[in-house]
Amino acid sequence: MIRIANGQGFWGDSLEAPVEQVRRGPLDYLTLDYLAEVTMSILQKQRARDPKLGYARDFVDMIARVLPDLKERRIRVIANAGGVNPKACCEAVLEVARRQGITVRAAVVAGDDIMERLDDFLSRGVELKNMETGEPLAAIRAQVRSANVYFGARPVAQALEQGAEIVITGRVTDTALALAPMIHEFGWKADDWDRLAAGTIAGHTVECGAQCTGGNCQVDWETIPNLADIGYPIIEAEPEGDFVITKHAGTGGRVTVESVKEQLLYEMGDPREYITPDCIADFTTIHLAQAGPDRVRFSGIKGRLATPFYKVSISYSAGFKAIGSLVYAWPDAYKKARAAEKILRQRLDRLGLRFESMRAEFLGANACHGIPAAEPTPEIEPHLPEVVLRFGVRGENRAAVERFTREIPPLALNGPPVVSGLGSGRPQVEEIVAYWPALIAKTEVQPEVTLWPSDN
Amino acid sequence: MAKRQLIELAHARSGDKGDTSNIGLIARKLEYYPILVREVTAERVKEHFAGVCLGKVERFEVPNLGALNFLLHEALDGGGTLALKADPQGKTYSTALLRMEIEVD
Repeated sequence: MIRIANGQGFWGDSLEAPVEQVRRGPLDYLTLDYLAEVTMSILQKQRARDPKLGYARDFVDMIARVLPDLKERRIRVIANAGGVNPKACCEAVLEVARRQGITVRAAVVAGDDIMERLDDFLSRGVELKNMETGEPLAAIRAQVRSANVYFGARPVAQALEQGAEIVITGRVTDTALALAPMIHEFGWKADDWDRLAAGTIAGHTVECGAQCTGGNCQVDWETIPNLADIGYPIIEAEPEGDFVITKHAGTGGRVTVESVKEQLLYEMGDPREYITPDCIADFTTIHLAQAGPDRVRFSGIKGRLATPFYKVSISYSAGFKAIGSLVYAWPDAYKKARAAEKILRQRLDRLGLRFESMRAEFLGANACHGIPAAEPTPEIEPHLPEVVLRFGVRGENRAAVERFTREIPPLALNGPPVVSGLGSGRPQVEEIVAYWPALIAKTEVQPEVTLWPSDN
Repeated sequence: MAKRQLIELAHARSGDKGDTSNIGLIARKLEYYPILVREVTAERVKEHFAGVCLGKVERFEVPNLGALNFLLHEALDGGGTLALKADPQGKTYSTALLRMEIEVD
């Protein structure tokens, strides 16, 4: 049995979680997920400014804190912290090791960045069509900011095979981070579909950190103990594919069949076809059982042959947006916010401003659910203590979006009474970086695995 | 037959993929699962999210987890960074679904 922990569900997750995972109990592997879909474009921008940047710097700071513990406890680390510059991330980690006088073997998994090869692909008829709309990439080629293939667990397992203690990747699937050590330790073959599916489902369960250990958990949420000290998840993986999800003893939160089910269904499409580069996992074959306090056992998982494609994550510039907020209090809070919305629309119209999209929402009335069943009733509406008008515009024309932002602050003095919460004044204009999912034949791209031993 | 609100019988979590929202609806007890299958149809969910989900609703059964998974297409104002919504990832659609009233024997 090996213990594989997740210490980071997204870039911006708890800085303490990975440290606690390392120090509060036994562990063999620590995995960390830093890359969301739009993160790559932000990192691409950073690398354009400075060729030494373009990765998750939080990861390097974390390694600096725990490197002696990792060595002492023989814990190996797998992180997609490399972003668009995994080599620079690796160099930063090795520099930390040098400064601490510690020898460490790090490896980089790269080859996922296909930004420079896009025109070559397009000229050869590899269309990189949008998986949702069917549109060819050529339609937005000029706006592309980053393009990365999602690799699977194989190249990561290969890095472990070569003896890496820290594996830094660019774009790999979130599930690959946890599956790779199982492939490495148990010698699972490329066509061991059931076991690969089991490892993939284990990876999916822990990829969002504490979302499977009682965090963001709806069922009986008030009774979940000690969320302040919530334990992040640990997979106890077995060679035949069965596994237990648990957390370190003494930590807060709760691991139950219910808490785990919520995470299993998170970001789910067809439950019989969870597609990764490693296999197709069938979520309708999972058997769950409570195997003691804070222990859920998974068994019976079946998988199928992987597809011949990698998914590609492309980010592109898609215009500009700005969102303004105005706070109205009792009496007539909702009516006043509605009146302000109408006035704002009239003013934008008089200015001749055109947008691709305009949207008004009323926080405190029905902004989140937005469904008819959640509208404030005529009995409740006059008593609402406050309502926030949240008004956003989106369009290609930056000047028009900029002009819109100038129409928000005046409403405090020349619109319905009384506006609060204007804060720093006018809203900021943001460039929109949107996401373009596509597929590419596996034969078109090869992962590159490089071992970088520190030299002291 | 009595009317009950879904929150009494189920819990849920929602996520996003582009402009599509997924809602996993989980029976609090396995004996409630057949009720969910019978009552919470794709058509009813589409009706419940009128004005929010502009595309079709797909439903998948996950009997081993006592759960249903719904895909609400064109439900996130373009999705991700394009959306002007306060909840651009539809994180609260899970609880929006739990408002639904269904018939229980």
